[in-house]
Amino acid sequence: MKYLRDIGSYFLMIKKVFGSFTKGSVLRELIFKEIDDLIIGSLGIVAFISFFVGGVIALQTAINLDNPLIPKSIIGFATRQSIILEFAPTFISIIMAGKVGSFITSSIGSMRVTEQIDALEVMGINSLNYLVFPKIVAMMFYPLVIALAMFLGISGGFIAGVYGGFTSATDFAIGLQDSFEPFHLVYAFLKTFVFAFIIATVPSWQGYYMKGGALEVGKASTNSFVWTSVLIILSNYVVTQLLLS
Amino acid sequence: MDECTDHTLKLCSNSTLIKLMIVVKDVKKRFGEEEILKGISTTFEKGKTNLIIGQSGSGKSVLLKCLLGLFTPEEGRIYYEDKAIQDMNDDQQRELREEIGMLFQGGALFDSMTIEENVMFPLRMFTNQSKSERMERVYNVLERVNLEDSGKKYPAEISGGMQKRVSIARAIVNKPKYLFCDEPNSGLDPKTATVIDNLIQEITHEFNITTVVVTHDMNSVMEIGEQINFLKNGLLVWKGTNDEIFRTDNKDVTDFVYSSDLFKKIRKVQLES
Repeated sequence: MKYLRDIGSYFLMIKKVFGSFTKGSVLRELIFKEIDDLIIGSLGIVAFISFFVGGVIALQTAINLDNPLIPKSIIGFATRQSIILEFAPTFISIIMAGKVGSFITSSIGSMRVTEQIDALEVMGINSLNYLVFPKIVAMMFYPLVIALAMFLGISGGFIAGVYGGFTSATDFAIGLQDSFEPFHLVYAFLKTFVFAFIIATVPSWQGYYMKGGALEVGKASTNSFVWTSVLIILSNYVVTQLLLS
Repeated sequence: MDECTDHTLKLCSNSTLIKLMIVVKDVKKRFGEEEILKGISTTFEKGKTNLIIGQSGSGKSVLLKCLLGLFTPEEGRIYYEDKAIQDMNDDQQRELREEIGMLFQGGALFDSMTIEENVMFPLRMFTNQSKSERMERVYNVLERVNLEDSGKKYPAEISGGMQKRVSIARAIVNKPKYLFCDEPNSGLDPKTATVIDNLIQEITHEFNITTVVVTHDMNSVMEIGEQINFLKNGLLVWKGTNDEIFRTDNKDVTDFVYSSDLFKKIRKVQLES
């Protein structure tokens, strides 16, 4: 029963987010601030993780290639497929659920605890639009982060594979181009938009409707990560079923 | 009300009509099975500091949130001038709230903004003033609360008393018709609390606004209580001024007022004299 109520409350929140808009000039500033906090602020960790995980994928593939009949280009192929199909969109989104999601929940939750949200409401401002809408818009730039993660992941794979002595640059490049389906990129970016919406709204819901004090803000941040991750995994399955099967 | 011609006019004993800005009529509010407000009827007058006092759990804060429209009462009506808040659509409620200034218990300043930006916030949201006009207005009100030198600081960099004064500045910057204060003195030392009390009263008279203060601080009652509403268990059990509260025989009020040794001694001196 509680879950049903929570689901209803989430969708009602989404409806309110898109009702009675904040003044345009203020909203524009808020969106730029959110892009800075949520997108630009995440580039470092995403770049670091993508580069090294790409390298690890190439190494794992190379180390497990025992059969001399399998061409070395498979290292580039496996790196590309793993990164474009799952690692960049899904794995990075789980990481973002932790980094960005916790930030969103704790910042909105702290505003709830310190009555800042009440202050907005008393002033006649639609606090959900003021707080959540700029986050949704900012997260629509999230596919750029994933594009960067794809590029750096493949670069990491290339450097680990080639400079680690497991394959040649030519073989790796052949593998990268082998059986390339452009639709896989479309699929990856489509699901990235779905994940972006989840990352912006689920933690906002957790923070906005939390009750209590500082301890509860911490609990809400943990719940936010758990539920955002669960929804990313579930929606990943649904989108994959719809687009690839 | 002695006699009503409409919801906002009171016929006084000397036959002059007083404009009542907020009228509360038989308001009931419950949470689940528990009835918090059990039919409150009262009025809040323009140009006066109207206090809502009572013990913790008496329903003061719930009444305040009903007045602000943050809670919807199950029964009863709340009139702002001659319009019931329950009859207002979303746009009308939003317009009403633009006329409300609120001082929260903890200040509720936006911690990501400087003091200057906090005070400017309502002007940015609701007016089309140029930046220089907004700045001028901001520093006028900051000067009014003696904080003109702190505009560039962040809320975390100033004391609790200063935060309360910034919150008052933010509440009055857009020239509100109504000022609501929730426990304005909580967490403040007696001297700072008196400064805040006096500031609230001065602003009320200076701008001729309707001020409603929720408190259980007896010093505030003595300092600024021009109209006092005493709540107990969700009922309005007494109403009067700060002079009358020390003379009343109402047992609920005397139990509350003389609960501290200091006020017991004051009572003793009063009775002896």
